[in-house]
Amino acid sequence: MTREEVFETLNGVFQDVFDDTSITVNDNTTSEDIEDWDSLEHINLIAAVEQEFGMKFSMGQVVTMKNVGEMADIILSQIQ
Amino acid sequence: MRELEYPFDSDYILKNAKKLRRLLLAEDNGGQAGSGRLHKKIAVLGGSTTHDIIRILELFLLNQGIEPEFYESEYGQYFQDAMFGNAKLEKFRPDVIFIHTSNRNVSFYPKPGDGKEQVECLLEEQYRHFEAVWDRLADTYHCPVIQNNFEYPFFRLLGNQDASAVQGRIRFLTRLNERFYRYAEEHANFYINDMNYMASAYGLDEWADPFYWHMYKYCMCMRAIPAFANNLCHIIKAVFGKNKKALVLDLDNTLWGGIVGDDGAENLEIGQETSLGQVYAEVQGYLKAQKEIGVMLNVNSKNEEENAMAGLRHPEGVLKPEDFILIKANWEPKSKNMAEIAAQLNVLPESLVFVDDNPAEREIVREQFPGAAVPEIGKPEEYVRVLDHSGFFEVTRLSEDDRKRSDMYKANLMREKQQAFFADYGEYLASLQMKGTVKPFEPVYMARIAQLTNKSNQFNLTTKRYTQGEIEQTAASSGYITLYGKLEDKFGDNGVVSVVIGRVEDGGENGKRLHVELWIMSCRVLKRDMEYAMMDVLVEECRKRGITEIAGYYYPTAKNRMVKDFYGQQGFTKVKEDEKGNTVWRYEIPEEYGKKNRYIEIL
Repeated sequence: MTREEVFETLNGVFQDVFDDTSITVNDNTTSEDIEDWDSLEHINLIAAVEQEFGMKFSMGQVVTMKNVGEMADIILSQIQ
Repeated sequence: MRELEYPFDSDYILKNAKKLRRLLLAEDNGGQAGSGRLHKKIAVLGGSTTHDIIRILELFLLNQGIEPEFYESEYGQYFQDAMFGNAKLEKFRPDVIFIHTSNRNVSFYPKPGDGKEQVECLLEEQYRHFEAVWDRLADTYHCPVIQNNFEYPFFRLLGNQDASAVQGRIRFLTRLNERFYRYAEEHANFYINDMNYMASAYGLDEWADPFYWHMYKYCMCMRAIPAFANNLCHIIKAVFGKNKKALVLDLDNTLWGGIVGDDGAENLEIGQETSLGQVYAEVQGYLKAQKEIGVMLNVNSKNEEENAMAGLRHPEGVLKPEDFILIKANWEPKSKNMAEIAAQLNVLPESLVFVDDNPAEREIVREQFPGAAVPEIGKPEEYVRVLDHSGFFEVTRLSEDDRKRSDMYKANLMREKQQAFFADYGEYLASLQMKGTVKPFEPVYMARIAQLTNKSNQFNLTTKRYTQGEIEQTAASSGYITLYGKLEDKFGDNGVVSVVIGRVEDGGENGKRLHVELWIMSCRVLKRDMEYAMMDVLVEECRKRGITEIAGYYYPTAKNRMVKDFYGQQGFTKVKEDEKGNTVWRYEIPEEYGKKNRYIEIL
């Protein structure tokens, strides 16, 4: 999977989780950019991403991830 | 909504919860509740994070025709919220309280060196902590309380001995659970949510993944939340009268292997001869046991009746023809049979569960007979699990009436048959030799009365719902007249079938007036003079208290049209009607009141 493909899949997950088809994410997207993305929704988002890519974030990764770009990097490192 | 019916895709539900919620709210919910959903206030008092549990529980409740409004305690504050005056919760006035605690909230675990007496003390102390919460909630809120039992911990310090040694955590939690169950036995309004079963059915190692506790303070893994919420929803919808009432079963390849018309009854796979035969015997045994908890069994099969009966008389079969209320074996569309079964049993479509191995038949019934539950039952060896985990008939408390329900409906069908022999309806009613009891609420009937107020939709003037706690309070108050009606006849005892609640208003010089806030009757005793017997006693009770006028109210819903003119028939005069069809009626009690009931002997 290329980085672009990861982002494409992530867009779908974000759109489903926040029930908003206008969402597109990029490297710099953070919770500041999406209205409903609070700490509680974050849990659900992480679970949905894990399920979609068939991988698991470690606790350390969940805590330190700063933006969607870092999320994509972790995903890429785990599925390759 | 198919996405929320067992077996469901938990990942899909979690990810798309927002969309599902939007779609559920947009439905007019015609299939479920017609006039809209029951509005219920649910307080969730958590010992761990509850956010996603509430989010997913809401979906399952909406799908069952209940629109919840939630109170959510601050993180982990279940004890504080219950024990120390809580203005916000009091103002919320919950209809039900759910206490979401887990083994993570146990603070007095035994240590390996503790002696028997010490462990006993710890157990007592830990139990009292919870008992105090329940007693306080019951005193303050008078509503049903649902409490999780404890799931097993994910590690066993003592290995296998953890289950049997008094110092073991597994043993300790097992004993604590047992104390919880004893409290449940003694308190009618208290229900256990069997989280321990859910955790084991799901798989404890995955369920208790410590990641979710340490990361988010969830006591279970995210993916287990839909299964947990669905199970919890079963209790809530059952408490509020949304259980199903009857199973409608196909025969060929549903109750036995093979096609009776082609293969002959002697060649069916049922019984101990083959493994598939054994599977079907287990399925039949499970269904027969449903009868014992008050579920009515019926057949809907494309077959010659003769062949269907031959199959049901198979000597190895567990179910026999007499276990069924109605047997429809014909070549009509199954949806048509469903409609007839609903009409003959006098129940709504959403009270029926249709079980058929054939996906095409399931689809036809879904399309043509909306409202009925039509589970995807899978392969024969999965039938029992799917039916069981769907929770259609969740038992809250087994009442005598539940156990006798099938007999009562059978007696009803016999009455109908007999009715055909009488030219005159009055003559028929007289032949039933009916005996009735109409009295103020009595303790033994409180559970049944509360159940009736939540289940009755058709013969229900105001569709006001009561919890058992509210029923008990109303009965104890001098400001109310309460009456229940019980009816017996030569075919059997119908049990408690009618309830009336009236609020007394003291108008000073203008005299006293009674406002009838609830008048319901079970449809199975329709046109038997029971409504008149209730009126007669109501008038009598009013006179005893010097009440001169009765005010009746009718609030239309999609289901209660049959009683639109009920008060008119009782001799009331309509005094008000608004644009929604809500009507107000008045009845001045005359000096000489002639009793209206002619055929029921009141005991």
